[in-house]
Amino acid sequence: MLLEAPFTEEKIRALKVGDQVEITGLVFTGRDAFHKYLHDGGKPPVDLKNSIVYHCGPVVVKEGGKWVVKAAGPTTSIREEPYQGPLMEQYGIRAVIGKGGMGPKTLEYCRKVGGVYFHAIGGAAQVLAERVVAVEGVHLAEKFGAPEAVWEFRVDRFPVVVTMDSHGGSLHEKVLAESEANFRKLVD
Amino acid sequence: MEAKVLQKHLLELIRRTSAELPSDVVESVDRGWRREKKDSTGKYALKVIRDNIVMAKDKSQPLCQDTGTIICYADLPAWCDERTFRKAYEWAVVKATKVGYLRQNSVDSITGVNSGTNLGPGNPGYHFHPAQGKSLKVRMMLKGGGSENMSVQYALPHNGLGAGRDLEGVRRVLLDAVLQAQGKGCGPGILGVCIGGDRGTGYAAAKEELFRLLTDENEDPRLRKLEKRIMKEANGLEIGPMGFGGKTTILGAKIGHRNRVPASFFVTVAYMCWAFRRNGFVLSEGGRISRWLYDS
Repeated sequence: MLLEAPFTEEKIRALKVGDQVEITGLVFTGRDAFHKYLHDGGKPPVDLKNSIVYHCGPVVVKEGGKWVVKAAGPTTSIREEPYQGPLMEQYGIRAVIGKGGMGPKTLEYCRKVGGVYFHAIGGAAQVLAERVVAVEGVHLAEKFGAPEAVWEFRVDRFPVVVTMDSHGGSLHEKVLAESEANFRKLVD
Repeated sequence: MEAKVLQKHLLELIRRTSAELPSDVVESVDRGWRREKKDSTGKYALKVIRDNIVMAKDKSQPLCQDTGTIICYADLPAWCDERTFRKAYEWAVVKATKVGYLRQNSVDSITGVNSGTNLGPGNPGYHFHPAQGKSLKVRMMLKGGGSENMSVQYALPHNGLGAGRDLEGVRRVLLDAVLQAQGKGCGPGILGVCIGGDRGTGYAAAKEELFRLLTDENEDPRLRKLEKRIMKEANGLEIGPMGFGGKTTILGAKIGHRNRVPASFFVTVAYMCWAFRRNGFVLSEGGRISRWLYDS
């Protein structure tokens, strides 16, 4: 299914675990340095209300005076677990794209504020870079370095899977519980 | 041989390693994709992965944006000393970073500053050995941070897992490593394993196991049996591609061993992601590549 900007609470609340979604609109990259910066009281360089933050450290190079995205897959999200939920609430971040899923704290905030976790396919940097149709800006690049900077990506039909929704559902919790049960059968 | 020739070959090695997966990995991913249930999230993940493999090769761009730690083994013949190799290698790494085959991936651990060139203390890494013959053999692997974070070292006996100092104990901790990784190491993964060694050599040897072909069979019949069993049982955990659930949790388990001191029994797991980037070449003194070590 297609999800187009603006990313309103109503649209996000309609999503369920397992939905295969294609996102069209503007997303901001942000990873470790950015989340810590916001947590420490740093001012957001972009308006985060109803935004999607993408956990991604892309390869971006300048060609003929223009930024070109060479690779843009997701990075592991769980490192932002301490910060993500409170930042979603404080700044109105509506959704997160990443990989590996997040924990109970973020899941609880998704329920509370009407947020969702989108899982992109880890390592699929080319398929995902192809869906970034324009780089509309870059912030904090000098402070954090290119991979950790906040890039404004205009995306078109960017493919993700909902693995945590605003109704308390988490594919990660489900797979963990089932695989633990399978493991016990093998070793007990 | 002129320095420029070696530089050019090493740059091509980095490009190939970053953009093209060896055919043993591609075939294994395809088998996984065929195995997964229609319309499942796991099959969807493998479909995107397959598309990505084709696209990266066509565009000659990194398969994954995390071009990882550069692991390089060079067997140096008499005509190529360490200094000559290092100079050419560092040139190739800087150039590859500039053109986007490699991401800027070398961060000062004290200040957090990215060197921007992939050079810095310990970067790029290398292991030198004297060559047996007259050719220069280079093997390279790019290992991303997500998979490296899922690598783990167990000290046996392990009470919680009921793992003693024998192959049954090894089996238990290997299955636990896969369980703990879930989808976080960008599975389906590959396990490079070392039984024994010390904490340092264990990791180095576990990573070297990853240079083996996915299709090969362990020469040691005990380890061959264990590898097959781990493949079957780890996939039976049903963690699936990306941890979405499904039958394809790992693509391979490659197990080696080193002697240990009586007091220690380490089992080290180097977890590798599906973007299993490795390649290498054999170069003659005349500057010609006689063969690539993996088809891509």
